[in-house]
Amino acid sequence: MGRLSSQRTSEDEALEKTAQQAGAPGSAPKRRAKNGTFERQGLTPGQRLLEQRQEAEFKRDLGSAKDIKYLLPSMREYKFDSYITMIFMVLEAIADLLIPTFIADLIDQGVSKGNMAEVWRWGGILALCALFALVFGGIANVFGARASAGFARNLRHDTFAAVQKFSFANIDHFSTGSIITRTTTDITNVQNAYQGVLIIASRAPIMMVVAWILSFRLSHSISMAFLIALPILLVALIIIAAAAHPSFVRVFHVYDRLNSTVDEDLNGIRVVKSFTREDYQVRGFKRISQRIYDLFAHAEYILATNNPVANMCMFAIQIAICWMAAQQIVASGNNPANGLTTGGLTSLLSYAGVLLSAVFMLSFVFVLVIISRASVSRIAAVLQEKNTMEFKPEGEAITTVPDGSVDFDHVTFRYDEEGTGDDVLSDITLHIPSGSTVGIIGVTGSAKTSLVQLIPRLYDASQGSVRVGGHDVRDYDLKALRTQVAMVLQKNTLFEGTIAENLRWGDPNATDEQVRRAAQLAQADEFVQRMPDKYDTHIEQGGTNVSGGQKQRLTIARALLRKPKILILDDSTSAVDTKTDALIRGAFATEIPNTTKIIIAQRLSSVEDADQIYILRDGKILAHGTNDELLKNSPEYRAIYETQNQTSEKQEVLRATGATTTNAETANAKEEK
Amino acid sequence: MNRAQVTQRTTRHLHHFQRTPLQAWRDAIREASTLQRTRDEVKPGTFKRIMGYLMRYPWYMFWTLVVLIIDAGIIALGAALIQNVVDDYIMPLLKQSHPDFAPLARFLTILAGLYIISVITAWIRPILLVKIEQGTLKNIRDDMYAHMQKLPVAYFDTHEQGDVMSRYTNDTDALRQAISQAFPQILFDAISLVCTFVAMLWVSLPLTLLTVVLTALIMWLDIYLVRFSGRFFVKQQKDLGRVNGFVDEAVNGQKVIKVFTHEDATQRQFDEVNDALFRSSSMANIFGNLSGPVVNSLGLLTYTIVAVAGAGAALAGWGNLTLHGSMAMTLGTIIAFISLCREFINPMGEVAQQVTQVMLAMAGASRIFGLLDEPVEQDSGTVTLANVREDAHGVPKKADHRTEEWAWDVPSGIAVGPWADGPYPAGDGTTHSLVPLRGDIRLNHVNFSYVPGRQILHDISIYAKPGQKVALVGSTGAGKTTITNLINRFYDIDSGTITYDGIDIRDIAKPDLRRSLGIVLQDVSLFTGTVMDNIRYGRLDATDQECVAAAKLANADSFIRMLPDGYNTILSGNGDDLSQGQRQLISIARAAVADPPVMILDEATSSIDTRTEQIVQKGMDALMRNHTVFVIAHRLSTVRNSDAIMVIEHGRIIERGTHDQLIAQKGEYYQLYTGAFELE
Repeated sequence: MGRLSSQRTSEDEALEKTAQQAGAPGSAPKRRAKNGTFERQGLTPGQRLLEQRQEAEFKRDLGSAKDIKYLLPSMREYKFDSYITMIFMVLEAIADLLIPTFIADLIDQGVSKGNMAEVWRWGGILALCALFALVFGGIANVFGARASAGFARNLRHDTFAAVQKFSFANIDHFSTGSIITRTTTDITNVQNAYQGVLIIASRAPIMMVVAWILSFRLSHSISMAFLIALPILLVALIIIAAAAHPSFVRVFHVYDRLNSTVDEDLNGIRVVKSFTREDYQVRGFKRISQRIYDLFAHAEYILATNNPVANMCMFAIQIAICWMAAQQIVASGNNPANGLTTGGLTSLLSYAGVLLSAVFMLSFVFVLVIISRASVSRIAAVLQEKNTMEFKPEGEAITTVPDGSVDFDHVTFRYDEEGTGDDVLSDITLHIPSGSTVGIIGVTGSAKTSLVQLIPRLYDASQGSVRVGGHDVRDYDLKALRTQVAMVLQKNTLFEGTIAENLRWGDPNATDEQVRRAAQLAQADEFVQRMPDKYDTHIEQGGTNVSGGQKQRLTIARALLRKPKILILDDSTSAVDTKTDALIRGAFATEIPNTTKIIIAQRLSSVEDADQIYILRDGKILAHGTNDELLKNSPEYRAIYETQNQTSEKQEVLRATGATTTNAETANAKEEK
Repeated sequence: MNRAQVTQRTTRHLHHFQRTPLQAWRDAIREASTLQRTRDEVKPGTFKRIMGYLMRYPWYMFWTLVVLIIDAGIIALGAALIQNVVDDYIMPLLKQSHPDFAPLARFLTILAGLYIISVITAWIRPILLVKIEQGTLKNIRDDMYAHMQKLPVAYFDTHEQGDVMSRYTNDTDALRQAISQAFPQILFDAISLVCTFVAMLWVSLPLTLLTVVLTALIMWLDIYLVRFSGRFFVKQQKDLGRVNGFVDEAVNGQKVIKVFTHEDATQRQFDEVNDALFRSSSMANIFGNLSGPVVNSLGLLTYTIVAVAGAGAALAGWGNLTLHGSMAMTLGTIIAFISLCREFINPMGEVAQQVTQVMLAMAGASRIFGLLDEPVEQDSGTVTLANVREDAHGVPKKADHRTEEWAWDVPSGIAVGPWADGPYPAGDGTTHSLVPLRGDIRLNHVNFSYVPGRQILHDISIYAKPGQKVALVGSTGAGKTTITNLINRFYDIDSGTITYDGIDIRDIAKPDLRRSLGIVLQDVSLFTGTVMDNIRYGRLDATDQECVAAAKLANADSFIRMLPDGYNTILSGNGDDLSQGQRQLISIARAAVADPPVMILDEATSSIDTRTEQIVQKGMDALMRNHTVFVIAHRLSTVRNSDAIMVIEHGRIIERGTHDQLIAQKGEYYQLYTGAFELE
């Protein structure tokens, strides 16, 4: 009887407790002690590695305050909107500053004197002010919204474009979750902060300057109190900002992980449900959401000191004004000719009020800016990411691929550029003539995929050179090269859209007829015809509504539409039965005879007709030759052949059941038992 | 709305902002009216539900309220006191020959004391708020995730992943500022509003009435604006979700995009969704931002009207009615009232400025609650698994500890098929009975359709006795995987029955049913974590040794040891660092460590080379002894030694029998096997 995991073991509960303890800001997630060989305390080597990788990413994303300069070029056409916003915001600020004096006039000249004419006059002026404030404020807000939304749009465009230019190695530097956060959440943060800066921050300085000038006219010494308080406030805010910044960078890192976790859960929901790991997933998720809670709360606590500091400064100024003004008024005898008067004090206090509200506005924007600074650096990291590949300048790059020959010249390859990793391919030398068919076989993990990925220059060889059509792949214009080298990846992806749209990836201008032809060659037409909307059938994201075998055939059709000089199939028919597989290969031979075909396969039947078969093991070529040569010379090949062709037994069956010889021959040719 | 429609719509509006502002405005209005029709609106009850979340922190809410009231009080008191500093403290000084500054110093000390309290509350307030704000965000995220785990597989088959993800980040984030800034600000303003309102009533009822009527008009206009912007905010969050989904899909398929040099086309598609987001986002913010200036300016206008009307009334000598009786309207009354009126209008302007944040939060929350309202997977099963101890005759007795022996705990009233082992009395004083877990699966005349009217499976009957290996053979799309989806109840059958050890699977609690089934799928999903973590996913309390043993069984041990950190190597979620075949081996090890009595292998070895498969097969066969196994495979070598082979075409079983029987039958299978005919 099989063992089953109990619903909740005591260990699960222990795990949960650990999860609750873990996640204090900055602390590494604790790992439960295992009853096995791993360290009971602290981190396992793998966990440590993950921590190290995250730490490196964190350091990169810390960036510097200057990172904003990488984002500013994305402003483009919205610079105009930004200027308009600032100009009208200044006008609105002026209207705002005038309003209190008009109100004072309304009361002093009109209401308190009981003068109805004055009441109407100042009332009219105030109504006009209201109108101006509405128009100026309205214009500023409309343009401000557009400028920031537009800036965000351009930033998203540029960030996505930068990702599109990434090489495979670059892609590996950023997790899926992190690229998603960077293009959405981070840019939204920048948009909010930019809007805040435009609308609020552009009027606050004006208000501060005007208020200070007015107070300077009333009393030099008291206006100096403002000048002393403001720098103190400024320094305090900068210190707070610097302290909070790393926390926010960490917060967004955890956001990336949150994204990845949800992504994995969505992808693997069938696994989660069939192992009934819902609770386990929830516990894992809670650990991350707890960490976001801790980090965010920590960062916000730091930011929270901003309010009391600002309040304290402003209150200190008020009290200082009162005290100093009292001395000065007494000294002047409340005579305007001799100095400050009580009326002056009232004005000073209201200027202090203006200053106070300006500081509050700024500190509101300040929070937005601090949060977005982390986002700015993270976006800048994408925009700045140096392409790991070097390209020939336009003009020098070769734009036509002469033929479909492929040469590997002492090629060594490793994924890890720093060279700490092991060689994945070592010293591979091979020549594939144009138009030939080559089979590559080898056990799982023997670097078959790594080998063919070098041909369309998905990665660069670490040593040696890969040549296509006689030229080093690095000398080609990348687009020209990849147009001629079509590759059907092992992990093939279909995109949301119709079947026809997906196939037209191969050739956007293909006619319906050509699309259908390619599908026929890939043996996909038949099942497509049976679908409700045929070629207009909608494919769900990730191609969840077609089976594995159907997906493979569609991806082959997509590659065929390219009409490439070199076609690479990376184990692309594993879910297709042998007969279909044979039909596809037959179509290759008759329809694209001049295309070089490189086929990675598990089944020997897929490669046995090839002009040359390479057997890979541990990143080296173990043997090569035709089917017959290898059968003769390679014990490995023979062993594989025998496991796949239990010929004798099959013939026995046939004999026993009285099958014809023709049948027996056909059966011989097939490997499927 | 599918992408084609979106594309159409977006191209229609593509040059939106290259038009004149008037045209753009008209477009915006038109778009907004379309939005109204498509019900892009904040769901009713959203605010109440947000409050429900906030009220999970009643004490923090209470103290926040207290602090806010203290704060509002001190600000008002401070302002009032400082008004008096001239009359009460400085003027007297002027009259003294030897000015005594002591009373002023005392007064300022008191003021400083008040301010210190205010500074303290300014410091406490965010600390309280962070707890409420971040706590609420965490609760919402956790609730969403927990709820999502309970949704039926059909939900995941029909929803875009990136859009779902957006709810955890963008939509939840939309709430952040509202909770930490907008809501407290509004509360603060509401407190001052109420205080001022009472003061206004004290001074003059008629003028208060005038003020209230005018402000009501402003509010009415503002609510219209707010609703209008709200629609765009809902659309903005939707579009943000779409961008999220697009980036998710594009980044996951980035390698295919590169191989097909499809970067430019992808970029164009991205720009379409991006532009849609730009439009909704700028519209949302434009209308949201307008709220502030509109309310401020109209507020000022209201103030002016009240001042003029009040002054006119005072000069005309009208009477006044207040809370404390009626009297004459004096100029002093008017001055007092209009300064109160200002205090009344200012907070309204401040509230209006919070509109964008509030509407953003409401839009995000609407989408979050949309996910939370998705109906969960129904489970009316009452039969559960229980630990038992079997005696020498195989009669189970309930055990109160882990025994590694299991039985179905069947409540009375639930039928158990006569072919089952048991039922035995539970013997624990209840009317329950026990049926030992054996792994007998029977499908009886099963019919199934995903969409009503489009039947996928017709009259499927399969009997798999404990320890048998049943193979499902047939062309792609014949319905093999669908059958396995029915056994573990990812989907429910239309008619017929499926029994597990004689118990209808609909009577078995889903978690228990699924725990008794192991599944290995062709598309392997691994999770971020070490290789060891991924294998242990099968059984959380498995020791390292057990995990390694399972890996050896799946023939994964040798390559795992070659990885940089062996079993401690961190796999990224998408597992790009491993080949497809290696991923399959790990997933087999994962199922092996779980070791349930019934295994379903759906093309589990399709990406593994045949030699490795043979070794895996041997290991599996050893493991599978006494296990019921369903195998789906293209390679007939994988299924040959099955006890029964079902050939399935177009959702029907067309042949069944052992390998030898089917060969003798000389039907479809025979032709497949001998190669005269191939699987499509």
